[in-house]
Amino acid sequence: MTTLPAVSARRRFTDRFMRSLTLVLTLVAIVPLVLIIYYLIKEGLGAWSVDFFTTDPTGRFLGNPGGIKSAILGTIVMVALASVIAIPIGIGVALYLVEFGKQGPFAKVVRYFVDVMTGVPSVVFGLFIYIVLVVSQIGGTFAAWKGSVALALLMLPIVVRSSEVVLNLVPDSLREGALALGAPRWRVIFRVVIPSALAGLVTGSLLAVARAAGETAPLLFTAAFVLGTQFDLSQRMNSLPLQIFNDVGQAQDRLVQRAWGAALTLVVLVLILSLVARLVQRRSRLA
Amino acid sequence: MMEAGTLTPRTGRSTLERSGRARAADPILRWTLKALAALILVLIAFFFVRLFIEAKPAFDKFGYIGFVFNNNWDVSRDTFGAWPLVVGTLLTSAIALIIGVPIAIATALYITELAPRRGRQPLTILVELLAAVPSVVYGLWGIFVLAPKLKPAEQWFSDTFSFLPLVGGPVSIPNCFIAGLIMAIMILPIVSAISREVMATVPSENKEAALALGATRWEMIRMAVLPYSRAGISGAAMLGLGRAIGETIAVTIVIGNAPNVPETIFSQGYTLAAVIANEFGEAASDPTHRAALIAAGLVLFVLTLIINAIARSYVNRAQRGERTVPQGMAG
Repeated sequence: MTTLPAVSARRRFTDRFMRSLTLVLTLVAIVPLVLIIYYLIKEGLGAWSVDFFTTDPTGRFLGNPGGIKSAILGTIVMVALASVIAIPIGIGVALYLVEFGKQGPFAKVVRYFVDVMTGVPSVVFGLFIYIVLVVSQIGGTFAAWKGSVALALLMLPIVVRSSEVVLNLVPDSLREGALALGAPRWRVIFRVVIPSALAGLVTGSLLAVARAAGETAPLLFTAAFVLGTQFDLSQRMNSLPLQIFNDVGQAQDRLVQRAWGAALTLVVLVLILSLVARLVQRRSRLA
Repeated sequence: MMEAGTLTPRTGRSTLERSGRARAADPILRWTLKALAALILVLIAFFFVRLFIEAKPAFDKFGYIGFVFNNNWDVSRDTFGAWPLVVGTLLTSAIALIIGVPIAIATALYITELAPRRGRQPLTILVELLAAVPSVVYGLWGIFVLAPKLKPAEQWFSDTFSFLPLVGGPVSIPNCFIAGLIMAIMILPIVSAISREVMATVPSENKEAALALGATRWEMIRMAVLPYSRAGISGAAMLGLGRAIGETIAVTIVIGNAPNVPETIFSQGYTLAAVIANEFGEAASDPTHRAALIAAGLVLFVLTLIINAIARSYVNRAQRGERTVPQGMAG
């Protein structure tokens, strides 16, 4: 049995070196994540207390700065409304692309612009809603529902893209079987396609919700900032990202401390959403 | 998983509904969904038109060329030339790409080609978690942890390599480099994810052929994986650029918001996105200032639109092999 000539030392060294380099760079990529989580826990956990979650920010220059109750509730309310707007529309567009548009010219154009919309900076969405809804004084100036609309615009392309991928995974044999039984298209879609893809649709939507929950820029010009807790959608509403942004800008130790606590809260919230999304995905995978 | 059983009649109604009434809903559904799809196109067009109309006063006053290329952003004198912002945006994005893209490609290569099979999923999740951290949290961490801790290293670099362009002089705590570095971390997950997708489309025949000819693992990557996925990786980097240019809150917090063309990468700066977030409050009462900020938003919008359009065509071309959407039944 003949043996192949050994790989030269130089080539072996290059191979080892480059392979180790990719490993090292991969570890470097994870370092910021570890550091951020470390500092969030170290600085943020100290700010957490029962009062922190049950009182509103006081806005007082001295003394007790208060907690973040209004920010947590505001984020939940506005993101919920944004989801109610964006998820049905997004899934609807994805259904059109997969079930009707397919590879037709109109569907291609829509798909392309949805991709493009994914890349539009969130601050531009905020600015747009500011011009269209705030400056024009439709129903007052700053309002929570306007913030929700801005967040919905941001979520829309994410929902469309993720839903389209999942709907494409539904095997055609299922659709064909249902159609062959004589079911009309709408029943095939509502009784076969959507239930089959449900887990994936939920996952994609939850990831979009997680993304929206962390956005600051669109809310800055639309829902603005307010101290107290309130649930009137036509008024200003506080939110976690905006609370953090404001506290960072003040550069006072007590407020920075609160910013860390609020940041930890926000990250935990987003991580829970992402985790639930992954669990849903794992429980029912198509194909 | 859904079974055909669901279609069996539950209320005694036949599923063989061939009557026109049962099918009447089909065109309604079809056109409703199509209208929703059209809504997206209308929205983007409406965006552009409204932004343009509102920005018009600024363009009228300073000219299109003047607004973008005049080096003079002075709120107190109501003069708005966006050049310092454009330079700041390009400089920070360049820093982000130089740092972020090689790391992103390395992680993608390691995860798809080199990592032990069991390590792939956890590594993928860890890299993707970087995308789950909100922008404002990156800003908070950047200004209170990263910027002060890195300052000595930056000062050393600035003193040692002062012969390089854009390096030298004193280091200020909020600065363009820190902004670029934070952006690099933020674009890493998307660049890495798309590179991974593209690398996954490299046919295993190509890779096996390289290995069979006696190539080492790295030579296989260099000869089979990288050439095949080059277009896709370029597209991924451009998508990262689009993200970096539009990044707002983290940058607003760490860049210092000084409306001057930065002298070095360690000076304070400003970006198109940051100026909107930072000055919007004071601009509410000044129509020229507001128009100027909206014009900055329009420049940002057009810039990201062009970059994303190019990036998408690269990525789509690279994925075409993989991405043949299953053709549905005749509809």
